[in-house]
Amino acid sequence: MSPEFSGKVRKEIDRIIARYPQKEAAILPLLHLTQQEFGFISPESEKLVAGILGIKPIQVREVVTFYTMLNREPIGKYHIQVCSNLSCSLLGAEKLTDYLKEKLSIEPGQTSEDKKFTLSLVECIGACEQAPCMMINFDYHGNLDKKKIDKILDGLE
Amino acid sequence: MAEKVLTQHFGLKNVYQIDEYIKQGGYEAVKKALKLKPEEILEEMKKANLRGRGGAGFPAGVKWGFVPKVDKPKYLCVNADEGEPGTFKDRYIMSHNPHMLLEGIIITSYCVGIHSAYIYIRGEYEAVALRLEEAISEAYDKGYLGKNILNSGFDLDVSVHRGAGAYICGEETALLESLEGKRGNPRLKPPFPASVGLFQCPTVINNVETLSNIPQIILNGADWFTGKGLPKDGGTRIFGVSGMVEKPGIYELPIGTNLKDIINKHAGGMKQGKKLKAVIPGGMSAPVLKADEIDIPMDFDSLVNAESMLGSAAIIVIDTGTSMLDVLKAVTKFYSHESCGLCTPCRIGTSWINKIVKRMAEGKGSKKDIDDIVRLASNILGKTLCPLGDAAAMPILSIAKKFRKELESRL
Ligand SMILES: Cc1cc2nc3c(=O)[nH]c(=O)nc-3n(C[C@H](O)[C@H](O)[C@H](O)COP(=O)(O)O)c2cc1C
Ligand code: SF4
Ligand code: FES
Repeated sequence: MSPEFSGKVRKEIDRIIARYPQKEAAILPLLHLTQQEFGFISPESEKLVAGILGIKPIQVREVVTFYTMLNREPIGKYHIQVCSNLSCSLLGAEKLTDYLKEKLSIEPGQTSEDKKFTLSLVECIGACEQAPCMMINFDYHGNLDKKKIDKILDGLE
Repeated sequence: MAEKVLTQHFGLKNVYQIDEYIKQGGYEAVKKALKLKPEEILEEMKKANLRGRGGAGFPAGVKWGFVPKVDKPKYLCVNADEGEPGTFKDRYIMSHNPHMLLEGIIITSYCVGIHSAYIYIRGEYEAVALRLEEAISEAYDKGYLGKNILNSGFDLDVSVHRGAGAYICGEETALLESLEGKRGNPRLKPPFPASVGLFQCPTVINNVETLSNIPQIILNGADWFTGKGLPKDGGTRIFGVSGMVEKPGIYELPIGTNLKDIINKHAGGMKQGKKLKAVIPGGMSAPVLKADEIDIPMDFDSLVNAESMLGSAAIIVIDTGTSMLDVLKAVTKFYSHESCGLCTPCRIGTSWINKIVKRMAEGKGSKKDIDDIVRLASNILGKTLCPLGDAAAMPILSIAKKFRKELESRL
């Protein structure tokens, strides 16, 4: 089934495009929207976005493959992104990652069987004062230890 | 305690809302600026010598002066990509005080003759982007944005543009490519963005913290500004301290504040009595300082003299319990991941070095490996299209030089 945007989202898209003198500039905002609506960016979604912007699907593919936040495969309901950069690793990010791997029985880059969690290692997420830290979808969680991780994960439906 | 400029309102709860901001004297700078001639503002900005807070330290007034007076649209791109590891200051500014940034944007645009501004914010900061959008819509409602701002005849539109996870898009020309809807590969310079920038038009690119200084410069004058910090490097910086300190966080202090004091006095000293080994003084791209090198004023020129850099003023504190090989691993992992791949020395060099360092960390290294790292990094330095290559090579070379003995002991 090819994806389609709802009427409400189409209106939002028109508003976004109007901000730029050239339509293509709206590609990242549209890809964020696509990911928000459909969970990931499939080849069909790329065609959809290309059609709206009047560009070739390959141009959309070029952009999608450049940016790490754009997922080309479905991911879990909760995307756990653990910072593995310097300030976080100084304060024990590696041990916490091991703990998460064990707890979720997945490796970074994998999604749990029930499709609930995807685990990723990422570079600095701009919250180094709260190291070690992670994002779950777009929520930041800092000053982590095992107990805090347990509490956060237990709170997720 | 020195007077705060950028963080003066941070203790107030609702200052991110326009009504509270106005109660605190907000938007007075815009009112004052719109009554001045653009040339007068430019003159004052040149006098203030506000040096860019994004990393390179280029004076904002001089940069604006490069924009040609041509009959073309001009753009302002606000660099809110904040990707330099260790850096989190712009997040604080935007979430606590978005209207201070908006004032800076309005004044800059009026001065340069810009009618369209984009805030390019890193994709992870979704909550911050929403806050900015709310602030923008409040400013439109009050007549500080949009058509004929405060009956001055000046029009300005501002919108937020979210990145999607790529450190290189913080580099100004990559940011332009990304904003235009392409892969974030840097452009060859010249031409510089001031003449050929966004959509092939003259463009000013400034960092969030740089722009947020402008309202206070307009209100209090260039002399007031240069009176803070150092004469040639005026004002304050928001130092972001992370790593092995008791109180990691942001500290707004005059430029030239001693690094030792920032760590020991402001950030509470070393965490749980740990001992200092090294400091990265300006974000990951800055060469490391050893423990006995931190008695140094934090300004652009002093750090250049110490063969490091102030960069984004992000201070990462490393203790003696941490292996410099692990630091090197984190640094090389980052750059090999973030190289955009356009030029060979950076693409191949960073990933090759990362592979060697990983092998060393597994205990399979040899003395030749350290020589290879130095050789490879030296062959990136100065040989790439954009400064990311140098940003990768410099910290690697500094660790290899200053901590060679320790690295050898891990072979
Ligand atoms: C690889 C790389 C990444 C950069 N990332 C950022 C960034 O995240 N934020 C920023 O403001 N400047 C960043 N810069 C610096 C910008 O290229 C540019 O100098 C700056 O936005 C200019 O604004 P300023 O003069 O106000 O500092 C980066 C530079 C390089 C080479
Ligand atoms: S130096 Fe690296 S990041 Fe910069 S253009 Fe070359 S490959 Fe890309
Ligand atoms: S190093 Fe982890 S958030 Fe910056």
